[in-house]
Amino acid sequence: MANSTLSEPAMSSASMTGVPSTGLVPRRSFGGDLLIRVRQNIGLATAIGLFCVVYIFYHLAHPKGFSSAVFVQNADEVFTLAMVAMAQTLPVLAAGLDLSVGALMTMVGCIASYLLSGAATPIEFTFGGTHHVLAVLPGGGVGIAIGVVVCLLAGTLAGFLNGCVVVFGRIQPIIATLATGAIYIGIALFLRPTPGGKIDDDLNWALTNSLQDLASTVHIFDDGNASWFAPFAPIPVPFILIVLIALLVWVPFRRSVTGRSVYAIGSAEGAAYMSGLHIDRAKLAAFTLAGFFAGCGGLFLAIQTSSGNADIPQAGTYTLNSIAAVVIGGTSLLGGTGSAIGSIFGALILRVISFFFRIFDIAPLLQPLFEGIILLAAVSIGALRVLRVKNTLELFR
Amino acid sequence: MNAASEREFLTLSGISKRYGGVTALENVDFACARGKIHAVLGENGAGKSTLIKIVAGVVQPDAGTMRLDGNEVRFPSPSSANAAGVASIFQELSLLPDLSVADNISIASPPRRFGIIDSKAQRRRAEAFLAEIGCEDVNPLMRVRDLPLSRRQMVEIAKALGQRPQILVLDEATSALTSADVEKVYAMLARLKAQNIAILYISHRMHEVEALADRASVFRNGRHIDTFEWGTRSTGEIVQLMIGRDIATQYPPKPQRPSRKIALKLDNLCWEKRLESISLEIGTGEIVGLGGLDGQGQKTLLLALFGVLRGVSGEIKINGKPVRPTSPAFAKSRSVGVALVPEDRKTEGLMLPMSIADNLAIASLDTLAKGFFVDRAKERSAVEKGIARLRIKIGDSKDAVSTLSGGNQQKVVIAKWLMTEPSIILLNDPTRGIDVGTKQEIYRLMRELADQGVAILFYSTDYDELIGCCDRVAIMYDGRIVRELEGAALNEHNIIASALNIDAGAASPSSSDEVAHG
Repeated sequence: MANSTLSEPAMSSASMTGVPSTGLVPRRSFGGDLLIRVRQNIGLATAIGLFCVVYIFYHLAHPKGFSSAVFVQNADEVFTLAMVAMAQTLPVLAAGLDLSVGALMTMVGCIASYLLSGAATPIEFTFGGTHHVLAVLPGGGVGIAIGVVVCLLAGTLAGFLNGCVVVFGRIQPIIATLATGAIYIGIALFLRPTPGGKIDDDLNWALTNSLQDLASTVHIFDDGNASWFAPFAPIPVPFILIVLIALLVWVPFRRSVTGRSVYAIGSAEGAAYMSGLHIDRAKLAAFTLAGFFAGCGGLFLAIQTSSGNADIPQAGTYTLNSIAAVVIGGTSLLGGTGSAIGSIFGALILRVISFFFRIFDIAPLLQPLFEGIILLAAVSIGALRVLRVKNTLELFR
Repeated sequence: MNAASEREFLTLSGISKRYGGVTALENVDFACARGKIHAVLGENGAGKSTLIKIVAGVVQPDAGTMRLDGNEVRFPSPSSANAAGVASIFQELSLLPDLSVADNISIASPPRRFGIIDSKAQRRRAEAFLAEIGCEDVNPLMRVRDLPLSRRQMVEIAKALGQRPQILVLDEATSALTSADVEKVYAMLARLKAQNIAILYISHRMHEVEALADRASVFRNGRHIDTFEWGTRSTGEIVQLMIGRDIATQYPPKPQRPSRKIALKLDNLCWEKRLESISLEIGTGEIVGLGGLDGQGQKTLLLALFGVLRGVSGEIKINGKPVRPTSPAFAKSRSVGVALVPEDRKTEGLMLPMSIADNLAIASLDTLAKGFFVDRAKERSAVEKGIARLRIKIGDSKDAVSTLSGGNQQKVVIAKWLMTEPSIILLNDPTRGIDVGTKQEIYRLMRELADQGVAILFYSTDYDELIGCCDRVAIMYDGRIVRELEGAALNEHNIIASALNIDAGAASPSSSDEVAHG
C-alpha cells in the first residue's frame, strides 16, 4: 500500500481530477469538423455522387446530350416527383409515412385545371337543382396569380388536415393518410371525372422551358436577349423553381426550432417531449409543409400537361416513388436523419433511370422489371455500410 | 414537517398520485430551498421518481398543490416546467440520438437570428457549457448516438445547465459517469449552489449523497418519511429509514476454492485496436470482475465474448474447447452456454412493450419449443420458476415489462438469461441505477450461481461492488488488461491506481496475489 510518489489522499482526489479528460476515452477519435460532417451526411453524398455518375452517362449516351433542350425536358419531367419526394421527406423524418402525397398532388392538379385558364372564370356549382355562382375569377395575370395561390393554399390546407388527423386523432400517420388520400382522390374525381380543363398557354410555355423562353413570354430583360442574361438563358425554369423552393422554404424550415423538433421526434419522441419541445406543433408543421410541397407538385403537373386528370394509378405511383426517392436520398425510414435535399437527388436518380429506357429502347413491358431491379440496386448502395460494421449491435440501433 | 416555511423555494403540499390501483405518492408534503443541495432518498418504488416527474411537469398529481416562490404553480407539460425554471436530468436519458451535441444542449430554446437557428452561436454556447463541466473532449458537432454512454450523460448535464435553471433536478445523473467526471459534476454543483439555485439530488450511491447533501428527505412506499439537515442522522439511521429494516451484510462472503477448473480461457484476444491481446482465465464457480475507468474496453470485451463483434482475433476456449462466437444466437446455444446481461436494459435487455412472460421466455424459446410451436404449458412453468427464483415483484406476468420498476426490470433481464442455463454469465454493469435492496439480491444471486459452478465475468463502474463481490478483478486500461488483483491486493487503492495505469501496485507487499500484465 505504501507509495513513494503518491500519497494516499492525493490518490483518491487530486490525481483523479488531474487526469485530462481526453485521456479517459483514448480510443474515440473525436475527429475534425469536416470529417464529422462528411460522415454524418454520407447518405446525401452517396446520392449526389450516384446522380452525377448516371446523369453524365445519360448525356454521353444521348444523341443530343449536354444540350439545353435535353436539360429542359428532363427538368420538366423531374419537377413533380422532386416536389412529392420533398413532401414525403417531412413525415418520414418524424418517423411516419404519408400515403396521401400522390392523391394530394392529383387533387391540387385538378383544382389548377379550373383556375389557371387565364380567362375570366366563374366559380360556380349546381346544388339541389339551383345554380350558384360564388365569385368570378378575373382573367389575365391577376387571375392566374390568384389561381396559383388558391392551389397552393388547397395543398397546404390538405396537409394541415393530415396533420390534424394524426395529431388530434392520435392515429398513426400511415393509416390516417391512407384514409385522407382516398378523400383527396375522391375530390379530384368529383372535380375531373374525365381528364380535361385548360391552362393558360403562356403560363405553360413560360414555366416548362428555359429562362430565355420565360423572359420572352413575360417581356423582361429585352425579351431575354440582354447580353448579361445570356449565361443564364439556357437554364430550365423548373430547375430554378426547385432551387428556389429548397432555399426559401426547406432550408429556413430545417434551421427553425420547429424543423429541428421534427428531427427530434423521429430520433426519440419521448426524449423530445421530455426536452420540452412542442411535439404536436412540429408534427402539424411537418404534415402541413408536406401538403404545400405536394401541392407545388400538383400545380406544376397541371401546368405541364395543360389539364387536370384524376388518375388513380398515377397518384399511387407518385406516392410509392416518393418513398423510394426519400430512401435513395439518404433519409432513414426510422426518422431523425436525412434531408429534403437528399430526396430531390433521390427523385433525380429515379427519373434518370427511366430516361435510360428511352435511349436504350427497352420494350415498355419490360420497364417495370428493370425499374424494380435498379431501384433495389440503388437502395442497396446505402446498405453497403453494413458490410463494414464490426460491432453487429450497431446494425440494430 | 414545516412546509409553509418562509425561505422555502419550492413547496409541495398534500400531493398524491395513483397509477391505476398502485399508489405512487400518498399525501406528500415536501419543500426545498435555494442554495441547497437536497438529497431525495428511498428505495426504487419509494416514489422519488414520481415526485420529480411531478416537479418536472411530466406527470400531473391527482391531488395537492405546488408553490414556487410562494405562488401556486401548475406544470401541465415539461415545457411549462422549463419555462418556470425547472431543469431535470433524468435517469432515462432524454437526449435525441440523431441530433448533434450542440443541437441537444440548446434543444428547447436555441439562439436565433430572424427566427432561424444561429448554428455558430449555438456551437459557442455548447462549447461553453461543455467546458463548464470539464467535457471539452466532445466535439459539439458529433451526434449523440456516436458518443459513449458516459459522455452522453455529461452532455445531458450540459443540456440542463443550458436551460439556466432555478431548480435543477438530478435523477441518477451520475450513474454512468467515470469517477473523474463525477468530481467535475461535484464542482459544478458547488458553483450552482453558490449561485443560489435549488438542487434536488437523487442517487443510489450513498457516498455521493454524503459528499454533497445539505438536507435530505427520505421516502418509503410513496410516503414522505422524514426531512433533516445532513449530518443530524447517521448513515445507519438513514438506511433504516429508507428500507424500514436493517441490512446485515452488504456482500455475501467469498468462499475459499483451492482448486478450480478453467471454464473460460482467453488467449491474445484483439479487435479493432479497442481490445489488445486480452488474456484471461475464469474458473468454474469464480466471479471475476472487470474494472478500470469507463470506456477502456470492458464492454467491448463482453460483446466480443457474446459474438457481437466481427473480426475478433485470438483464441477463446470454453471448458477446454476452442470456440469462435459468431452471433449471440450461437453464444447462447447449449454447446457454448454464454449469457450476457447487457448495458442498457431498455434497449438491449428488454422488449419494453411485450409482456413480462414473453420477455422472460424469449431467450430460451428453442428449449421451450415442441417442434415448430412453443409449448405453452412448459413456457408458463418456466416463466413462473424464473419469477420465483429472482423474487420479481409483478402484478400479472402478462403485463408489459415497461410497467415494472427499474430494479424489477433488471431482475427480468437476469432471470431471462438464467432460463437458458448458461455456464458462463457476462454482466455489464447490472446494478446501474438500482436500489440497495435489489443490488444485494443480485450480489447474493451471483454468489449462489458461482457456488453452482457458473463462471461469472462482471463489469462494474462501482469499485466498492467489485471489491465486495469478486474473487479476482482484472483492471483494463486502453484496451488491455493491465493488472489482476485478488486477495488482500484487491482494495480501492490498487483499483484506482491500476485504473489510471499508475504503477502504484509495484510497492505492494502481497505481490504473490497479483499478476501484472505487460
